[in-house]
Amino acid sequence: MKKVLGMVLLLIVLCLAVNLINPRFGSAVNLQNVSRQIALLAIFAIGEGIVILSGGIDLSVGSVIAFTGLLVSYLVWMHGVPPFAACLLAFAVCIVIGLGHGALVTKLKLQPFIATLCTMLIFRGLARRLTEDDTMGFGNKFTTFRMLGDGNLFGIPVPVLILAVVAIIAHFFMRYTVYGRYLYAIGRNREAARYSGVKVDRMQTGAYLVSAVLAGLAGILYATYTNSVQPATTGQAYELYAIAAAVLGGCSMRGGEGTILGVIVGASIMRVMYNGIILVGISTFWEFAAIGTVILIGVVADATVKQRAAKRAVKQSAKG
Amino acid sequence: MQNVGADESGRASLLCMKGITKRFPGVLALDRVDFELFPGEICGLVGENGAGKSTLIKILAGIFPADHGEILLDSRPTKITSIRDSLALGISVIHQELNLAENLDIASNIFLGREPRFSPLGIVRNSSLVQEARELASGVGISAPVTTPVEQLSPGQQQLVEIAKALSMSARILVLDEPTSSLSPHEAEILFAVMRRLRDQGVSMVYISHRLQEVDEICDRVVILRDGRRVGELQREEITRDAMVRLMVGRDISRFFPEIGEAQGQPALEVQHLRPPNCRGEFDFSVNQGEILGVAGLVGAGRTELAQSIFGIEPPLSGEMRIFGAPVRITNPLDAIRHGMGMVPEDRKYLGVILEMALAENVSLPSFCSSPSLMLDERGETEMSAAQVRALDIRTPSLRQSVEFLSGGNQQKVALAKWLALKPKILILDEPTRGIDVGSKSEIYNLIRKLADAGLAVIMISSELEEILGLSDRVLVVHEGRQTGMLTREEATEETVMHLATGGTA
Repeated sequence: MKKVLGMVLLLIVLCLAVNLINPRFGSAVNLQNVSRQIALLAIFAIGEGIVILSGGIDLSVGSVIAFTGLLVSYLVWMHGVPPFAACLLAFAVCIVIGLGHGALVTKLKLQPFIATLCTMLIFRGLARRLTEDDTMGFGNKFTTFRMLGDGNLFGIPVPVLILAVVAIIAHFFMRYTVYGRYLYAIGRNREAARYSGVKVDRMQTGAYLVSAVLAGLAGILYATYTNSVQPATTGQAYELYAIAAAVLGGCSMRGGEGTILGVIVGASIMRVMYNGIILVGISTFWEFAAIGTVILIGVVADATVKQRAAKRAVKQSAKG
Repeated sequence: MQNVGADESGRASLLCMKGITKRFPGVLALDRVDFELFPGEICGLVGENGAGKSTLIKILAGIFPADHGEILLDSRPTKITSIRDSLALGISVIHQELNLAENLDIASNIFLGREPRFSPLGIVRNSSLVQEARELASGVGISAPVTTPVEQLSPGQQQLVEIAKALSMSARILVLDEPTSSLSPHEAEILFAVMRRLRDQGVSMVYISHRLQEVDEICDRVVILRDGRRVGELQREEITRDAMVRLMVGRDISRFFPEIGEAQGQPALEVQHLRPPNCRGEFDFSVNQGEILGVAGLVGAGRTELAQSIFGIEPPLSGEMRIFGAPVRITNPLDAIRHGMGMVPEDRKYLGVILEMALAENVSLPSFCSSPSLMLDERGETEMSAAQVRALDIRTPSLRQSVEFLSGGNQQKVALAKWLALKPKILILDEPTRGIDVGSKSEIYNLIRKLADAGLAVIMISSELEEILGLSDRVLVVHEGRQTGMLTREEATEETVMHLATGGTA
């Protein structure tokens, strides 16, 4: 919790600094824009965070975003499928993807990194095949459907409202149900959790399922927000953004650590930084370098604090 | 102790630690401890957990410095400020958890990090490495070729690789910390033979063990620590189990093992034609309510496989199980838990508890798993763990303390508490006292007996014959994946159990 507070502090400082240099940051339009960007990232970063804290990793989210976004717009635009039905179909596909990841990792005992690396490539390829690399969108029709990603409700971007719902459910699930406890236990020590009676295969599969479904949701939101899904580039490297947000927000790649709130804060820092780079007038070429540096500083600071704490603990218990 | 540098006959010490004091926040871990080691002797260092053995050894190994006191080597004052220093001085510590790269072969392990090189490119000169390794390996009695990957060796042979590694660094002082805790009696004998040979070649050894019988067998002298102080020293002819225990705990443990109970209830678990994976034979036995069934056998005989099979970790290939007469099918641990079973696995740190999680979270995990409720009942968790902490006398600063910071004995109590919180009917204990000090051992024995008296059926796997004989109502003996005998309390003696455990017939 202390770590999340530190990150919240960093976020506030970041916002104030950017606002000081360019007061446009605090304008209603920009805040709307930034919060929409944050929500779009945070929704699938929450799924990634849940996988990471259960001791796995999901590299396929970027491709799943592209694939579902493309699938929905393709069905709606090219075949006149009602948007609602297209979304249901997209979610069904995501459920299959998530269950598939779970089976690969728990039944075939593949390393999550490898399993999801393969599906990342597969779904990118399928996306490009689906429309033969053509960009898809909804033109200027389906305005109500496009509200999902692009609209505002009482001045608040719709994705922010969706994020709020997702975040509340996810936080409740991780913090107040036994399943959350099981996921943390599996992330810490899968075998010991199994010996305690936790159905580890089922729980891990569940984590991949949540990640795939949230990536699908993000895919639909991106499609309706940008109104232009490019098979080759949409969602590219988004899995890395998600991992970065999770790590910034306090997840450990070793598993067993991290909170939903932390992931959201991590996603916010990343998006505010990006926005800040533009507003402050730094070349956007610096985006990756700046984000990388901030993550590195955060992780190094965390590792240093942990090493100190571990040393202290070792000293205290080393009287045997 | 006016002249700590030499013994009565004026023999000069090889190593002399004088007035070593070490304070950690809140504890005086070592209080003016003197320790000396003479050339070509095996000196035992015994004491309960927390007595200061590890701290003393860590100071010698250069892991941390002493606050006060001096270290003399060959009667010359020496500064040891790092592990590198101590290695350079010829001091090698072989820790309980071995430091071997399991995937590499014996030769590479012996020279790990110090491979003889022939070019700045760091290309390992393999033939000379193998040659030198072969000499070192045969010197400590390793029979396998030096190109064998270490993971294919038995724990005993791995231990010998560590010793060969130490000798390759021309160690004059060898510290062995609980070297036999994972060895079978036969492997321990081989280790002792190697130790005796090294002693005769002039290597001095410090031997740390909770197994007092072994200390009695192998040591020329024993130094006893209690609560950070040196409380005594026993010469070869004075070493007895009782003398050591008396000094270690400061009192007599007249009844080390609790009295055997009387009541024998109905069969709680019946096992018929059960064939665990990787086992060659079948198991047929039953455990009654209120009974402690000891499972004896050598390490690797299939005892752990049997336990895992019953508990659903690795479901059996064939066979049947009945619990209180009713046939059951157990395919995963949760099934076993729902049928009233609990299991404390052999590897406490990696299977028994989740080290980085809080005590309360460890205790409540099986209860949550077996309860239909989906909500995390934190109040219930606090209550149940507080009750277990009281009942088992777990020493912890708080219920939210990470288990990794508890002592071995208290970790083991947590591994037990998580099952007791569920009020099980059948409890499987795999090596329940491994690496635990004498005081806590006796505490755990009393606890096991108390649980049995309360009606629990207990299956206790142990490599310590003393423990099997002292605690069991009946003894199941396992050899090479087969049940080779079932002995009553009267029939079970050191000879009969060892006879069956080494492949003899009943």
